[in-house]
Amino acid sequence: MTHDGKPVRLGVDIGGTFTDVAMEIGEELFSTKLLTNYSAPEQAILDGVLRVAKNAGIELGAIDIVIHGTTLATNALIERRGAKTAFLTSKGFRDVIEMRTENRFEQYDLNIVLPAPLIARDARFIAAGRIGASGRELEALDEAAVMTFAKHVAAEGYESVAIGFMHSYVNPAHEIRARDIVAENAPGVSISISSEVSPQMREFERFNTVCSNAFVKPLMESYLNRLVDSLHGIGATCPVFMIHSGGGLISVETAAAFPVRLLESGPAGGAIYAADVAARHGLRKILSYDMGGTTAKICLIEDFSPKTARTFEVARNYRFKKGSGMPISIPVIEMVEIGAGGGSLAHVDGMRQIRVGPESAGSEPGPACYGRGGNRPAVTDADLVLGKLDPDNFAGGDIALSAESSEHALLAEVGNRLAMDARHAAVGVIEMVDENMTAAARVHAVENGKELGEFTMIAYGGAAPLHANRLCEKLGIDALLVPPGAGVGSAIGFLRAPFGYEAVRGAYLRLSQFDKGWVSDVLEGLEREAVAVARAGARDAELLIERKAFMRYVGQGWEIPVGLPGTALDAMGLRSAFETEYRRLFGQPLETLDVEVMNWSVKAESVSAPRQPVERVAAKHEAPSVGKRQIFDAREAGFLDAQIVERADMRTGSMVNGPAAIVEAETTTIVTAGYAATLQADGCLLVQRKETAQ
Amino acid sequence: MRTDFSKVHFQIMWNRLISVVEEQALTLVRTAFSTSVRESGDLSAGVFDSDGHMLAQAVTGTPGHVNAMAVAVKNFIEVIGEDNIAEGDVYITNDPWRGTGHLLDFTFVTPSFRDSRLVGYFACTAHVVDVGGRGFGPDANEVYEEGIFIPIMRFADKGRLNHELINIVRHNVREADQVIGDLHSLAACNEIGHRRLMGMMDEFELSSLEALRDFIFENSRLATLEKLAALPQGSWGNDMTVDGYDAPVYLKVRLDISSEGVHADFEGTSRQSSLGINVPLIYTKAYCGYGLKCALAPEIPNNHASLEPFTVSAPEGCILNAQHPAPVAVRHVLGHFIPDTVLGALSKFLPDVAPAEGAGALWNVQISARPVAGTQAAPGERLQSAEMLMFNSGGSGARPTLDGLNATAFPSGVHAMSVEATEQSGPIIVWRKELREGSGGAGQFRGGLGQVIEIAADDGHEFWIKAMFDRVEHPARGRQGGEDGMPGIVRLDDGTVMKAKGRQKVPAGRRLVLKLPGGGGFGNPAERSAEDRARDLRLGYIGKDEDK
Repeated sequence: MTHDGKPVRLGVDIGGTFTDVAMEIGEELFSTKLLTNYSAPEQAILDGVLRVAKNAGIELGAIDIVIHGTTLATNALIERRGAKTAFLTSKGFRDVIEMRTENRFEQYDLNIVLPAPLIARDARFIAAGRIGASGRELEALDEAAVMTFAKHVAAEGYESVAIGFMHSYVNPAHEIRARDIVAENAPGVSISISSEVSPQMREFERFNTVCSNAFVKPLMESYLNRLVDSLHGIGATCPVFMIHSGGGLISVETAAAFPVRLLESGPAGGAIYAADVAARHGLRKILSYDMGGTTAKICLIEDFSPKTARTFEVARNYRFKKGSGMPISIPVIEMVEIGAGGGSLAHVDGMRQIRVGPESAGSEPGPACYGRGGNRPAVTDADLVLGKLDPDNFAGGDIALSAESSEHALLAEVGNRLAMDARHAAVGVIEMVDENMTAAARVHAVENGKELGEFTMIAYGGAAPLHANRLCEKLGIDALLVPPGAGVGSAIGFLRAPFGYEAVRGAYLRLSQFDKGWVSDVLEGLEREAVAVARAGARDAELLIERKAFMRYVGQGWEIPVGLPGTALDAMGLRSAFETEYRRLFGQPLETLDVEVMNWSVKAESVSAPRQPVERVAAKHEAPSVGKRQIFDAREAGFLDAQIVERADMRTGSMVNGPAAIVEAETTTIVTAGYAATLQADGCLLVQRKETAQ
Repeated sequence: MRTDFSKVHFQIMWNRLISVVEEQALTLVRTAFSTSVRESGDLSAGVFDSDGHMLAQAVTGTPGHVNAMAVAVKNFIEVIGEDNIAEGDVYITNDPWRGTGHLLDFTFVTPSFRDSRLVGYFACTAHVVDVGGRGFGPDANEVYEEGIFIPIMRFADKGRLNHELINIVRHNVREADQVIGDLHSLAACNEIGHRRLMGMMDEFELSSLEALRDFIFENSRLATLEKLAALPQGSWGNDMTVDGYDAPVYLKVRLDISSEGVHADFEGTSRQSSLGINVPLIYTKAYCGYGLKCALAPEIPNNHASLEPFTVSAPEGCILNAQHPAPVAVRHVLGHFIPDTVLGALSKFLPDVAPAEGAGALWNVQISARPVAGTQAAPGERLQSAEMLMFNSGGSGARPTLDGLNATAFPSGVHAMSVEATEQSGPIIVWRKELREGSGGAGQFRGGLGQVIEIAADDGHEFWIKAMFDRVEHPARGRQGGEDGMPGIVRLDDGTVMKAKGRQKVPAGRRLVLKLPGGGGFGNPAERSAEDRARDLRLGYIGKDEDK
């Protein structure tokens, strides 16, 4: 354990295309990127671990901890590759996960197809028995029906069972009894119950969540066991922890029981990475911006904590449109994801408007400039034509890019239809994709009642630094940070994550009927659950407890999260906490109306070590330039002579005046004419608007 | 080189304008009390030029307000008078004939000034919780019984709120705090739109919207006309009979297609009713325009120029052009059937585009639950009174290449609410809400299934419903050999048949049973693929309906 007295920590992120490995020995970072291995995902990890350990010159036994995040569970849901699963639900509610919200996510398309329910109708079964809204039993559970179901499960060879009954978040008795009956009569089958997986009100979301958990559980259980075994096999006998959707760490055992908590854990790591950079720089208002090959993700980080939510949607199958996926109700780091990446394809629609994405060229065939058979223009093609990329130095020189192929594709799909040359077409494509991302960021800010002008952007992921500065211009943001290691940002983020867990429960309360004992029972129960999970990793470290109530005026439809003080609560205190938050978001509170609480949550997490603050460094000297190139500047509406700078040539205080391109192996940072970049002491590039820079 | 990129610039600004109105709409959804706004997006928001022509509209809104709001802003300018419009003003109305069809919808219009010059208007519409009168139901004989009527007037005068008006509203509606809260939300939503527009005009260095308007209108007009030019020219008709309140309602349309536009004329449609199912023309135009647009030019954003080629007429006094003081509270029921009527005419010359008929009108269940005098609540519970609203959808019609959607709203854009959340809000228990097997019309492509709902009051309570259900007597018809969907059923669990319209009691201990209609099938059932048949059987989609 440890190396020269320094802790050795390893972060591993399995993404759709790449598996990233980041090893930190004390302050020193070693990283590598490998192609994701779909049939044996753990193999890429083993290869990566061996490679970084060799580069670092350490024994595998010296690794203190492995922290892992993965999109495997997400992909299993998107591709519907999971266990043969049966769903048992309350009589009268067999079709909840199929009827969804009874609406169309796109108003003007007569031919939309709704996403198929995760568990088909013939695998959904019912049992009589009913709990009411207050938790009172209205009708006893039909145990004979549950028994018949269990025997059917065993006979038909179902591998996994989900159980979701109405109002089980208030009273789980029927679900627990049903689980026992199934366990007894269908031995060996994997069982998930909704009151444990997601005890929140709203049956569609909760049932869908428990079905998703059951669907991926056998697969994830087996993968996690294989991973731990094979790490042990090569001598890495340290504990393995998983990063969850909310950005904290949980044990492999918890992850195997609640694999739905692993959804979107890679992007969550990215947000943790950005939050860590924000804390070092003392920046309390951050917009994190992650752009890869197929999607861009945007997250708000305030006071060094990423914004969280209680529900999100996976597998949106209609242009990433809200409502076209499956809702999952678990605590997550909230972000917007849109189909805008380097591989996103451009075309012209019936309105003669340029459209970009969500269809992506992926890595095969890839953008036209890759010369691998792609003949439709992607964002990367337009970036190349506008001079933002060096054709001879892309991905560290691994892929030679052909600007001619890009121009060809841009003309064929865009230029010729709009009477534009290739350059104008490229401008249109880039401005449109930048506008799409800007719009997503803006709507996300509105949903959270924020003004983005006061924010600083942190950009990471291969394509983000190319576009980030332009987004800042559009959003009125004055400062942008591009941290070191941006290419493996998520894996580095895993190493910064606290041991922590958020427990959530639906429990209805009107403030006019406030009951002190009842409220403390709810909160104490949640705290016990959260602390138990967090202790598995944090051991006896100090834990930070954060309590929230999700409140609204009686009659409203949207709850707002309200942080609760650690002290004893009363109705007045709750009301005033709610009104303060309401005023901040929407303006004048409404004094005469009663307030209700729909859900409660308690988060327990280890207190992270204080970060070394980074003093802001002013520009001291100009960075050496290695050449010049014509790069398009959207604000100036023309091509400008831009200098090219190697990031490796910059030292603390080195300054680059835009227009410029700062290049490194995994990405290029474009500095627009209105901005200048200065390298900070921790290796971050700080890009600032010229009039505000100092 | 700057001007060379103007084309791209205008495209970007147009997109931005649409995101400005999306933000405007979102603000309303987040803060509204009205169930239909917050849960169901029953609202609209848009930005207009200084002449009152619509430039862009939020796509989150339900189609019921499409076009209606577009015309409404010109009405405001006319009534207030161009010279009397000042910075800081906010205008209000719920006039069904100048707004969006019933008193429950309030429309707000706010002029947008830049450097003391009028550059445009923001408008938004939402369905509020209550307007007094008989409440949300079809039983009134005149609009006077349906609640308070606010003609076009000032909600704020140069920044000063009209407290007298607010006070009058407060004393004329139920749940006054929530209604006033909704009015403030509407005003705030326009204000957000204005602020975002100013930010956009700063960024793009604009002092007026005129050049952008010309670009938007020119492109929209050309794109729409290009779509229409591809259509065969001529006239096609269709008719459809639905239940109505006390007598069947006959809907008749003739479409005239020319290279300049599509005109829909409803000559021959039934006369207006003495009950609240009547539709003001402005709402007829809204749903007619929606039906035509989603079939003919779906991807063209809604604005003055893209809507202009679609025109609508209906004789005065017919049920789709009901005249004041006709009652209009549940005008959505017939409004929701207009797209099916119009699509039926379209199917005569575009057989591969128009779907079969569907359940159409939503089955809104408006519930008033009350304690039964002299009884006890269940142990641990309390007796309470509550007003509740549930949205429920039957099956949509089969499409020319796809089955209909099960239990999914068309043409309305509303969402259903969670049963658990509904049960938290009042003393009722929903015992059943699931697909209605066998209710979709057979065809090469099957109609969408309806659903079955069973509702009872909790112990010690009884409830009343304001029924506004249709397609009980007249099912959704199949197309091109497809069979009809099953009609709807309204009754109690002891077999008592209930009326499909009007206020009725569900006694303590009884369950209300609603079986929602299925959608019509498309194409000859014999042509249905073996694979699809096997799937229907396996999933129980064509299982026996208990009432067949």
